[in-house]
Amino acid sequence: MSVPVLVATAEREVYRGDADFLVAPGAAGELGIMPNHAPLLSALKPGELRVHVGDHIDEVFISGGFIEVQPNMITILADSAERATDIDEAAALEATRKAEDGEANRNGDIDYARASSELAIAAARLDWLRKKKRH
Amino acid sequence: MASAKDIRNQIKAVQNTSKITKAMELVAASKMRKAQNRARDAKSYAEGIERIIHNLMQSHPEYAHPFLVERPQVNRVGVIVVSTDKGLCGGLNSNVLRHALGLMREQQVKIDVLTIGRRGAAFMRRFGANSLGSREEISDAPVIGDIIGLTKIAMNHFIDGKLDRIFLVSSEFINTMTQRPKVVQLLPCPEVREPTHSGYWDYLYEPESREVLDGLLTRYVESLVFNAVIENKACEHSARMVAMKSASDNAKDIIKDLRITYNKARQAAITQEIAEICAGSAATS
Repeated sequence: MSVPVLVATAEREVYRGDADFLVAPGAAGELGIMPNHAPLLSALKPGELRVHVGDHIDEVFISGGFIEVQPNMITILADSAERATDIDEAAALEATRKAEDGEANRNGDIDYARASSELAIAAARLDWLRKKKRH
Repeated sequence: MASAKDIRNQIKAVQNTSKITKAMELVAASKMRKAQNRARDAKSYAEGIERIIHNLMQSHPEYAHPFLVERPQVNRVGVIVVSTDKGLCGGLNSNVLRHALGLMREQQVKIDVLTIGRRGAAFMRRFGANSLGSREEISDAPVIGDIIGLTKIAMNHFIDGKLDRIFLVSSEFINTMTQRPKVVQLLPCPEVREPTHSGYWDYLYEPESREVLDGLLTRYVESLVFNAVIENKACEHSARMVAMKSASDNAKDIIKDLRITYNKARQAAITQEIAEICAGSAATS
């Protein structure tokens, strides 16, 4: 049994297909969703989205967004998303460094909230990559 | 009849114009392809979020977000108009603006406008509409940040009760030859006409319904406006390419006509000269 899944960002479609099981980084903790789940609406935090199709697992890094679950359809609207295959650790490290700089340099005129949310995204993305490497 | 030299100058001028329109046609054609791809790629998100809102309108949330509730008394209406920055794109802007004007005349109450694109802003200024904000010179690769300021103004006015209803007027991209003006009610979210989820139900919310709905509905408004901007870009470049192509074709026709006139004038001059020579030699012999 499977359920259609759509993952999209404002600029493009990232994933469209059927899933047997899906794990999303919900704002209040990881969400595991099977087909025929009750209607659910949740915010997402930066982290990893795993779409299980048979034995295959598709991994997408998302930097926050929303998920809507209907028994017969799952829609994930991400602020930005990257498939595991296109993300590059060097770029992730660079982004983390930049975000840390931004947070260190805060002196009133720098938007603290923005810098710390950027840092959270960059750090989550790097954690995820490191975990991937170990496997 | 104009002299041969005048006609030659005229041909030159038309040729120069046609070179420009031809170049603009080529530029528009390449921009058009990119803009159309961008519009197609962005469609998934917009459709996804519209479907979610459609479902949400049929659920029964305990927290009635102001965006979801139709107001009994409408005192002031907001209109967001999406137009282009530059002209020379056929009837695209005038169609949208005429539609916007029609919508504004229909309303029985006072109206505020928000404009995207310089053409729309200039038109509304001339028309004397009260403008709450304007965003001009959006690049060919729009990002959501380009319109967040404007949507923020609109949403704040709506939440504060200064606007009770907001419409979005923009161009819908059908294909390269056809673009159609489109009006949608942005806020409050339009009521569901064809229910797909019946019964009394509500979502599970994580973390809190208030937090999720605030975020999601803000995103929804931004996404609709952003999608209109991206679609408008595709329309703009398509309309410009078509307009420039027909201008180039017209120039070609004019040049052809002028060439014929020029040859006639040249031949008439030669004939006249020969006639004069003949007449002269006949007189002396």
